[in-house]
Amino acid sequence: MANTATAQQTKWWSGGKSPFNLEYGKVMMWYFLMSDAFTFGAFLISYGTIRFSQNFWPDPNVVFNAFPGTGHTNLPLAFVSVMTFILIISSVTMVLAVHAGHNGDKNGVMKWLAWTIVGGLAFLGCQAWEWHHLITGEHITLIDGKLELIGQTTRHNPWGQLVDHNEMLDAIKNTPANVLAEIVHEQKHDSNLAELLKLPKDQLAGMLNTAEMHVREKGPVAFGGYFFGITGFHGFHVFSGVIINIIMLLMTRNNVFQNKGHYLMIEKAGLYWHFVDLVWVFVFLCFYLI
Amino acid sequence: MSEALHVHSGVEVGHDVHHDDHHGHHHQSFISKYVFSMDHKTIGKQFLITGIVWAIIGGLFSVLFRLQLGFPGQSFPILETFFGHWAKGGTIHPEFYYALVTMHGTVLVFFVLTAGLSGTFANILIPLQIGARDMASPFLNMLSYWFFFMASIVMLSSLFIQTGPASGGWTMYPPLSALHDASLGSKAGADMWLISMALFIVSSLLGGLNYISTILNMRTKGMSMTRLPLPIWAMFFTAVLGVLSFPVLLSGAILLLFDRNLGTSFYLSDIVVAGNILPNEGGSAILFQHLFWFLGHPEVYIILLPAMGMVSEILSVNSRKPIFGYMAMLGSLFAIAILAFLVWAHHMFVTGLNPFLGSVFVLLTLLIAVPSAIKVFNWLTTLWRGNIRFTPATLFAIGFVSLFISGGLTGIFLGNSTIDIHLHDTMFVVAHFHIVMGVASFFGMFAGVYHWYPKMFGRYLNSTLGYIHFWVTICGAYLIFWPMHYEGLAGMPRRYLDKSIWQAFNQFADLDKMITIVSIVVFAVQLMFVFNFFYSIFKGRKVTSTNPWGANTLEWTTPINPGHGNWTGEIPEVHRWPYDYGKDGREFIPQTEPISASESKH
Repeated sequence: MANTATAQQTKWWSGGKSPFNLEYGKVMMWYFLMSDAFTFGAFLISYGTIRFSQNFWPDPNVVFNAFPGTGHTNLPLAFVSVMTFILIISSVTMVLAVHAGHNGDKNGVMKWLAWTIVGGLAFLGCQAWEWHHLITGEHITLIDGKLELIGQTTRHNPWGQLVDHNEMLDAIKNTPANVLAEIVHEQKHDSNLAELLKLPKDQLAGMLNTAEMHVREKGPVAFGGYFFGITGFHGFHVFSGVIINIIMLLMTRNNVFQNKGHYLMIEKAGLYWHFVDLVWVFVFLCFYLI
Repeated sequence: MSEALHVHSGVEVGHDVHHDDHHGHHHQSFISKYVFSMDHKTIGKQFLITGIVWAIIGGLFSVLFRLQLGFPGQSFPILETFFGHWAKGGTIHPEFYYALVTMHGTVLVFFVLTAGLSGTFANILIPLQIGARDMASPFLNMLSYWFFFMASIVMLSSLFIQTGPASGGWTMYPPLSALHDASLGSKAGADMWLISMALFIVSSLLGGLNYISTILNMRTKGMSMTRLPLPIWAMFFTAVLGVLSFPVLLSGAILLLFDRNLGTSFYLSDIVVAGNILPNEGGSAILFQHLFWFLGHPEVYIILLPAMGMVSEILSVNSRKPIFGYMAMLGSLFAIAILAFLVWAHHMFVTGLNPFLGSVFVLLTLLIAVPSAIKVFNWLTTLWRGNIRFTPATLFAIGFVSLFISGGLTGIFLGNSTIDIHLHDTMFVVAHFHIVMGVASFFGMFAGVYHWYPKMFGRYLNSTLGYIHFWVTICGAYLIFWPMHYEGLAGMPRRYLDKSIWQAFNQFADLDKMITIVSIVVFAVQLMFVFNFFYSIFKGRKVTSTNPWGANTLEWTTPINPGHGNWTGEIPEVHRWPYDYGKDGREFIPQTEPISASESKH
């Protein structure tokens, strides 16, 4: 028995069949994923290189502390945890879709694929909110001796080191009235910005609640470039994964796989989807946890 | 146990994949047969012909900038006729010169020697030599060509825009390539370069995935991995190199595109352009060099390995002897493929790289000499006391070995950081890589074209023109590039527009004139080859037997003009390795012949 088994074993590589007992598409998919891993690897290594060449890097707990609908409540990493959870759950539903495919259960495949698509879209929606919040949310930043309100973009980063109190008071003196008006408005939501803008600078400076003002220096510009670049590239992968899953769903509905007699295509789409999730784990680690 | 060995339905080779084609190829339209073809042989020819067009363009560019280098400042009124404001008064404008140099490198490295060489022969040879009806996925294979075509269109269009194509060198180093105001070529031309390369990378990925899965999955019965002809092993490693290194260039290119257009600072820091202080800070220009050369070095093996594989095959067939050291050949291909990933920083010895790190890269670089030397000795011992048939293909294959030795030796100079610091960015480097990678790979490609032309078109190339082509090209190549070593040793820099104002380099003025004249002659002879190529498609001597070279491999068991599906009946089964030449008193024994009881062992 053992002998025949060995004899059979050696024949896997002797031609006429796949050495891995896999159809070509899956071999292709594995090699593609390796290739894609190198793309992300290059991005993340570049990010690491630049990040550790800087004297200062923003604290993710400070940058990512917002949650939709909770205003200014400090909830570090809460939202990204939800996003991550959604994506991991969508991997679970993908596994269930593949499993249903193994059993030739067309309705099961459709149900779980649909949930996977919902998970992917939910993740993309969360990412859109997060990007929007980072870009449009303005923060008081000390630039050239005066205060400015800037968001997190590819060109600017408002998350530098905290400015000490006296330096901040000096900067307030150099800051134009319109910026002060906006800061006062930010602190007192019931105030009317149009009226604040009419007030003289000294009066505005007096209205500031300086005890609760957190002013930071400009942070490293590379932060925004890498954050938007890499999460964007990952988001693009999620997006293409959703498109692939939608195509799989339509093909399943039209009995393409049932007629073929196997659901191997769902497995390949699943490999891609799990890979995209796995990449997110690294992105999550590199941008949010470290 | 039997369950574990059960073969998936749908996994078996070749049959169900090609059902659609079988009833199709009798009444194919012109479009589906020659344009959007899914036949690997047609796609291979498409790659080859597109590559030839690009080679003419890229070669012409080198002739143009050689005019400037050989006759600096001299007026050639015809240039103004053709190139207008790029050559006002008949002298090549500096911006034009840099555009020519950049495009020459880009076109020849990527479009000719990557797509035109491995794209052509991987497509034509893999299914034919492993015994498959087509690639694993004919559709993705077709897409691979059309992505290459789109990349070509974008790159070609960049030649015709007002500000000209990219001109920062084929390596596209930032900050020069990243700043619109840094040079003319860094305006729209650089964006088009990056977009074209992104398309090219997609093409290369689709092709590579197909080559890998075809070689692994689609081999005919009996074609074990160690019975594969060497070109197939070479294509396999080439594809793996491409699949794992091109994505890193993609990352680098995307970041560069962002730096150019979104105001990011990946590669930029503390820069003043035309008196303006730029806001970028914190980036690293060296980072791009790492990303670039992580592709860039494997890329030279992507170019070279297919040539090595084909040369092995052609030398064995035409010296009527088994290839010497099949397993050693295979092992050295593997070693080269691994080492290719570990040596990229030897392009960066002068960037301020830590000298200790540099010494690690020196060691790894010099290690490549070992498998390279093994291959050279194996080629020479294959030829040794062989019954050599000097066909044009054989001559080009021998020429390849010669060039690989000459260029490889200077690689040992450059791989040492101590010497490289003196020779870096001199004409010595130009001489080295043109001989070892450029011309040598071209010779491998020519050898392949002459050898497999009968299979591609059912006709022969004209041999007389082939011999002229070979002798002029090999003599020309050495006349052009050998003297450049002396220029480089004397410190003459590469890429400079005009070196005549330096006393030290004045002595080479006549040498440079000679190089330019020879390069014009060599270019003209390549046009003669192109004529031979196209003329012979229609008027060449017809092939009358299926196996004109008396070769063992499977492609010569197909009909003279194989249709889509390659074999009319069953795919033949393989019983032996491909190099049984001159065995037991027989000139050659095809792979399809079963091993007889009386046969001697290897």
